[in-house]
Amino acid sequence: MQMTRGMRLKEAKQYVADKLGVTPFDLSDPAVMTDIRAELGFGGIHSYAISQPRLANQIEAKFNIARVLDVPINCVERFKERTTPGAGYR
Amino acid sequence: MTNEARVPTRMGDGTFTRMTRSEIRADLVAGSEAAAKRAKVPPLSDEELDHLLDIYASPARFTGVDVGDEIVLSCDGTGMKTHATRIQDLQSYEQWMGADLLELCVGDYSLKVVRTILAYEAQYMHDAQLCTIAPLQYGVMPNLGLYSKPDGPCENWNELLPLGKTAESRAAQEEAVEMAVVDMVKLADSQWEAGADAIDWDTTGASGDPEFLAALRATAIIREKYPDFGVQLGMAGEFVLGMHGELEWEGVRLAGLWPKDQLLLAQKAGATMFGPVVNVNTGKSLAWNIARAIAVIKPCMDVATIPVHPNAGMGVGAVPMFVHPLADAVCRSAKSFVDLLHVDGL
Repeated sequence: MQMTRGMRLKEAKQYVADKLGVTPFDLSDPAVMTDIRAELGFGGIHSYAISQPRLANQIEAKFNIARVLDVPINCVERFKERTTPGAGYR
Repeated sequence: MTNEARVPTRMGDGTFTRMTRSEIRADLVAGSEAAAKRAKVPPLSDEELDHLLDIYASPARFTGVDVGDEIVLSCDGTGMKTHATRIQDLQSYEQWMGADLLELCVGDYSLKVVRTILAYEAQYMHDAQLCTIAPLQYGVMPNLGLYSKPDGPCENWNELLPLGKTAESRAAQEEAVEMAVVDMVKLADSQWEAGADAIDWDTTGASGDPEFLAALRATAIIREKYPDFGVQLGMAGEFVLGMHGELEWEGVRLAGLWPKDQLLLAQKAGATMFGPVVNVNTGKSLAWNIARAIAVIKPCMDVATIPVHPNAGMGVGAVPMFVHPLADAVCRSAKSFVDLLHVDGL
């Protein structure tokens, strides 16, 4: 939200919290956010000990983040263009 | 002699010293007054100085912000073959160090070097975006000096100036600005196509006002071409050196600008994040340095419409000029910026 939308911290935290249905306080609490990240497919620590192959990660996670937060993510848009027949770049 | 207890604290070069609470407060006041005198900013209030005193007179090894006051940490150079391939480095920073953002770059980090390998860097960004989650930017330092001889095509303005050839020196700098703007936009073009989230102009203004001008002009062009592309503009020093002296952008003379006026131009150009810098005085205590840094940057916070991430690393933002970041100094600097300025990040 800061990097591409230029949002200041308070505004950015509130925006993300509203989209996720939590409070800004919750955003930096792993005890809350671990489950939310898993439920929404936001990715997480990629480890054989704690990650599972059914969970979204990496570029998959960014698709979910873009959709839930309702913000365009450049590489996600590029991915769609390059994997959509007739959209060019192939 | 005083029987007041002494606590360990550091000097700007990183060495430990022991000071009483009274001595630390005296240094805080002196640092604040030094900022007011030099940068023409208001000094810190007694309440602000007392809060800094509590942070810097604490004997604790580590301190931190209050729960709920966490900020975003930006950075440069997380993907540069520190310990593995560049992509593996990015993944390590994201997965094991919890980095809030990542940056792909080359070791040299200079714009003029990167312009010769744009296609390779874009392909690497493309690959990296597929296997990371955190926002990933591409970083360079404009380093305008490389555009002058013997490294570049322009006459060397640093050699012309001592000869009294002011007009020739200025002409060479203006020529370099034109080249740098073209290169910066070409870099942005290629990185946007590759899927980058942002471009980072790091240590902007290291070559003075012509370099700051190039960054502002390029940022404005990029904002026009790519409305959703992030541009992080971080400064090299606390005020813009007047290597040229007469350059203006949007009617504002660039030489001699302090952080607040730098920020106003950066956000007008279309930057999405701004990184002000206050250099460390290695002969003064960290208390002196943090008070000066906070006072110099404070005016930014009232006028900022974009996130402000003060630079807090080696030799800037009251972090000692020492190659390994000293944790007790870094955490005190961070807490001070968060508690007093409510910065958007560091």
